[in-house]
Amino acid sequence: MPDDTMTADAVVVGAGPAGAAAALELARAGRNVVLVERGAYPGAKNVYGGVVYGRILDEVVPQWWTEVPVQRWVTRRATMVMTPTQALTVDYRTSAWDHSPYNGMTIYRGDFDTWLAGKAVAAGAQLVTSTVVTALLRDAAGRVTGVRTDRPGGDIHAKVVIACDGVNSFLAKEAGLLPRTSPEHTTLGVKEILALPREVIDERFGLVGDEGLDIEMLGCTSGIPGGGFLYTNLDTVSVGVVVGLTGLAAAKTRPEELIARVKAHPGVAPYLRGAELKEYSAHLIPEGGYRAMPRLAIDGMLVAGDAASMCLAAGLWLEGVNFAIGAGLAAGQTAAEAIAAGDTSARGLAGYRRRMEASFVLADHKRYRNAADIVLADRMQREYPGLICDFVEQVFTVTNPTPKIGMIREFFRAVRRNHVQLRSLARDGWRALRAFR
Amino acid sequence: MHYPEVSFDERMATVEFRVGERAHITVDSDVCRSCTTKDCVHACPAGLFVPTTDGGILFNYEQCFECGTCYQVCNAEGAITWTYPAGGDGVVFRKG
Ligand SMILES: Cc1cc2nc3c(=O)[nH]c(=O)nc-3n(C[C@H](O)[C@H](O)[C@H](O)COP(=O)(O)OP(=O)(O)OC[C@H]3O[C@@H](n4cnc5c(N)ncnc54)[C@H](O)[C@@H]3O)c2cc1C
Ligand code: SF4
Ligand code: SF4
Repeated sequence: MPDDTMTADAVVVGAGPAGAAAALELARAGRNVVLVERGAYPGAKNVYGGVVYGRILDEVVPQWWTEVPVQRWVTRRATMVMTPTQALTVDYRTSAWDHSPYNGMTIYRGDFDTWLAGKAVAAGAQLVTSTVVTALLRDAAGRVTGVRTDRPGGDIHAKVVIACDGVNSFLAKEAGLLPRTSPEHTTLGVKEILALPREVIDERFGLVGDEGLDIEMLGCTSGIPGGGFLYTNLDTVSVGVVVGLTGLAAAKTRPEELIARVKAHPGVAPYLRGAELKEYSAHLIPEGGYRAMPRLAIDGMLVAGDAASMCLAAGLWLEGVNFAIGAGLAAGQTAAEAIAAGDTSARGLAGYRRRMEASFVLADHKRYRNAADIVLADRMQREYPGLICDFVEQVFTVTNPTPKIGMIREFFRAVRRNHVQLRSLARDGWRALRAFR
Repeated sequence: MHYPEVSFDERMATVEFRVGERAHITVDSDVCRSCTTKDCVHACPAGLFVPTTDGGILFNYEQCFECGTCYQVCNAEGAITWTYPAGGDGVVFRKG
């Protein structure tokens, strides 16, 4: 073994939101912690849609909103149900979200991840960038004792390893906690960042000052299970789609073509006129949720964030950053206590799961464990957007001189026209009520 | 309303890649020749899998997002060898 191997109390792999939060808690507890990131800086490898729900940051810095490198504060949240030619939008706006502590903010990952990792460094964590963790180190009994990196002599020995290495987590796979592939539980997000002058964004989206808008879209992915999104930044707009890998592969449609269709939709195109492409990007999302979560603690290792499938993706929600931070904080606290108590075995680390069951991280996941199934189900994707749009179109269409036929008959007509089975509609409605209760 | 789309090359030119010396992903074209789905060709967001006339795949690792879609959708054992590029190499998202 080369002499320049490092020893630390803990090593955290991945300086995304989960890793930065875990390293922060360990450093605060006075532990010697190394935070390893393969990108040249935190965020260099990371892509998301664009909204961070910040309340969990209260546990990171008081009054975080005065310093976080925000783009816009989301004060308007809309859901669009679409067919290729129709769109019904439910649009909600509140002034409750335009002042601290706010609800959601648009922010770039390069800015956010760098800011959050900076908090860990300020607390005393050692951040090592441009370094890939390539394997786990284990002792004869199989317990995890550190990591191997791609630096010469770059082994790091530690009492605890916290795997925060994101959706592909090769560490959780190496430890046998996750299957090598799971396309049925994984979605691909592709996104464009499109530049528009700030005043144009304000005008087109009805925003003032640093207000922002977040639109979620259903029925815009050409029948492939998934959805779309549009978020306003200061002088750019993020537009993208999220689609299931199995469905995408079967559809033989190119991902960028799906974004092009959203951008060309009559309900979206006028917002984006003249916008210029600044960055195209792609990233996977673990959507398996509660039922796909691996074991969270083994001897010498914890798993947090996307690596443990903790992204809450249930159609109306795409929340991963706040869950990753919540899990990272819990992992860091648990690891610090276990190190202090001298027991970093799976049993010594078991408090991690208990902590998260008591917090939103596992409570929300448990509550909504069936929600993604409902939203990604075939009928929800292919039949119901058309049914809803058709019904609304008939209700709003003035048919003079033919008399109106009434809402109920309009509804049953729309049901027939869209070849929806009433029995499945009733069953799905019931299941949806249960899944989102 | 329809606006002209940027070409695929222009699209990829908006992304910064620090191309490393080692190909972090390799594809065994011999395995691909017997693959009937060729799901990678459509699914890879960077369009890096190019079918060849002999039924194989031509792959270039240089403009890769390191997303993982290809190894997730590929159903042929051993066709794709997938690793991360060396630390600091590869894609650099400026905004993300
Ligand atoms: C298209 C899309 C839209 C999304 N929209 C939203 C949204 O609007 N709001 C929201 O809250 N969430 C959203 N999410 C989900 C969110 O991005 C994730 O849940 C969140 O980033 C998870 O954080 P993490 O720290 O667990 O993982 P990541 O953010 O993926 O961080 C993992 C880190 O580990 C590093 N790493 C990986 N392997 C290694 C290794 N071997 N060695 C060293 N470093 C390594 C990576 O470089 C990375 O920095 C979206 C995701 C996508 C893809
Ligand atoms: S990489 Fe996999 S999916 Fe693509 S052609 Fe080869 S075997 Fe088929
Ligand atoms: S990792 Fe993603 S971008 Fe890279 S080759 Fe595979 S599918 Fe394409």
